[in-house]
Amino acid sequence: MKRSTVLLLYPGLLLILVLLILPILQMFLPTFTGDQFFLEKYFNFFRSSGNMQVIARTLIIAVVTTLITLSLGLPTAYWISRLGDRWKKVVSIIVLFPILTNAVVRNFAWITILGKNGVINNFLMQVHIIDKPMTLLYTNFSIVVGSVYLFLPIMITSLVSSFGQLNFEVEEAASVIGARPMIVFFKVILPQLSVGMLTGSILVFVGSLTAYTTPQLLGGNKNMVLATLLQQQSITLGDWTSASVVAVVLTVIAVLVMTIMNYGTKLLDRRNAK
Amino acid sequence: MRTKIKFSSVVGFLVLVILVVPLLIVIITSFGEESAISFPIKGFTFDWYANVFQQPDFVEGLKMSSIVAIVASFLALVVGTPMVYVLTRFDIHHKDWFQTIFLSPALIPEIVIGFALYQALVISLQLPLFISLLVGHFLLCLPYVVRLITAGMMEFDESIEEAAWMVGYNKLSAFFKVVIPNIKQSVVAAFILSFITSFNNIPISLFLNGPDLNMLPTSILNYLENNYDPTVSAVSVILMIITASIMIIAEKYLGLNKLT
Repeated sequence: MKRSTVLLLYPGLLLILVLLILPILQMFLPTFTGDQFFLEKYFNFFRSSGNMQVIARTLIIAVVTTLITLSLGLPTAYWISRLGDRWKKVVSIIVLFPILTNAVVRNFAWITILGKNGVINNFLMQVHIIDKPMTLLYTNFSIVVGSVYLFLPIMITSLVSSFGQLNFEVEEAASVIGARPMIVFFKVILPQLSVGMLTGSILVFVGSLTAYTTPQLLGGNKNMVLATLLQQQSITLGDWTSASVVAVVLTVIAVLVMTIMNYGTKLLDRRNAK
Repeated sequence: MRTKIKFSSVVGFLVLVILVVPLLIVIITSFGEESAISFPIKGFTFDWYANVFQQPDFVEGLKMSSIVAIVASFLALVVGTPMVYVLTRFDIHHKDWFQTIFLSPALIPEIVIGFALYQALVISLQLPLFISLLVGHFLLCLPYVVRLITAGMMEFDESIEEAAWMVGYNKLSAFFKVVIPNIKQSVVAAFILSFITSFNNIPISLFLNGPDLNMLPTSILNYLENNYDPTVSAVSVILMIITASIMIIAEKYLGLNKLT
């Protein structure tokens, strides 16, 4: 009986193997060939300063986005978790709505705000603070703005759920014995939140690392990241091997980051459980 | 104490404003009469909404995105639910190992999945685009199904199923008549979340669409490359209305916290 139920696992296993693992391998393997050396294609990839710039930009945007969402998300999540039930519900609807709305819509909103004739430039010119429109769109700045807007609700949601498990009595105890609010926050609240912060950071960091839509719409042709480089090499230039190299680099970075951060979460979990 | 509460409410309130205002601007610009998007708008018109339905890419895309999202979510549930049931209900060797594999589509960047499937299924195996597109979206949905059904199975009291075995149900009918009704909420939540994820996806569809196979989000992306008029605002508002309707349905039958 038991053996036959275990068989239920195999169709799914087979599907993932054939439909995901094999295609990924088929893409990976040809990149490890070369006339002289099996890593030749990677040497050539990393030797190009343009490619290194793309990798650096991708990583920096992901780091900056994570830090900004974290520092805006923490006070926001704290505020939400202390709201009354009714307001909490209204606010969580406002936070959830953008998560479920298409990324094209959310990025497009920032084109209308940051563009040459966008909301910000129009306003600043009307009140005569500037007389020529500023270049805000199609810059690294606009990619970060778009990514923060995209991932902030996700960060808030993961922080709110860890604030839900927060022991507010410890906080009160700390302030009763005279600890200053800032000290209470950094010494008492933050350590309890470390797991939630890490979980949120994994989602935001990996999400912005691999994001395609935001850099495509808000970054323009000059500010490439790995995902848009992959699209350009394959669909625009038709150079499938180079595109595969980019895909491998992107996958390795993403999986590596996720594994390290997941491991960190597990360590913290264990420490907190003690 | 008070200063900190004040600080967090100020930041929190500002964050909410930042989240809402860009979407409000999109809604307002969809009614402007000028052919280039401007804010504040001049005049008031519904013409751009009419124009959305005159774009074959948008109309066909909406249909295709809905079909793919429904079929892919359904397939992910049909494949995923029995897998999770076995994994959570029985002592399986290498349980973690299986779990990792079933969640693996979430590990690989979506754009890489789309790219790899295009090479393997469309170029090498010469499969039709539609089938390859379904495969991609099925892989996208599977991790959501695995996560939500696992959570549902954890809350489900095993003794109810054992009771059903004792009164003479065989395992298969107990699964359909006792287990599934008891985890119904998780199944519905998994379907809704899979549907939204698939419907909104761009990176996978990017490689797997073609001249006769338009998905709505990629059609909007293409349209934006050549045009910048309030039609995009109008189609964005339509997408927001779809999101809002799904949230209302989810709230009514599940409670929204099931979706996060």
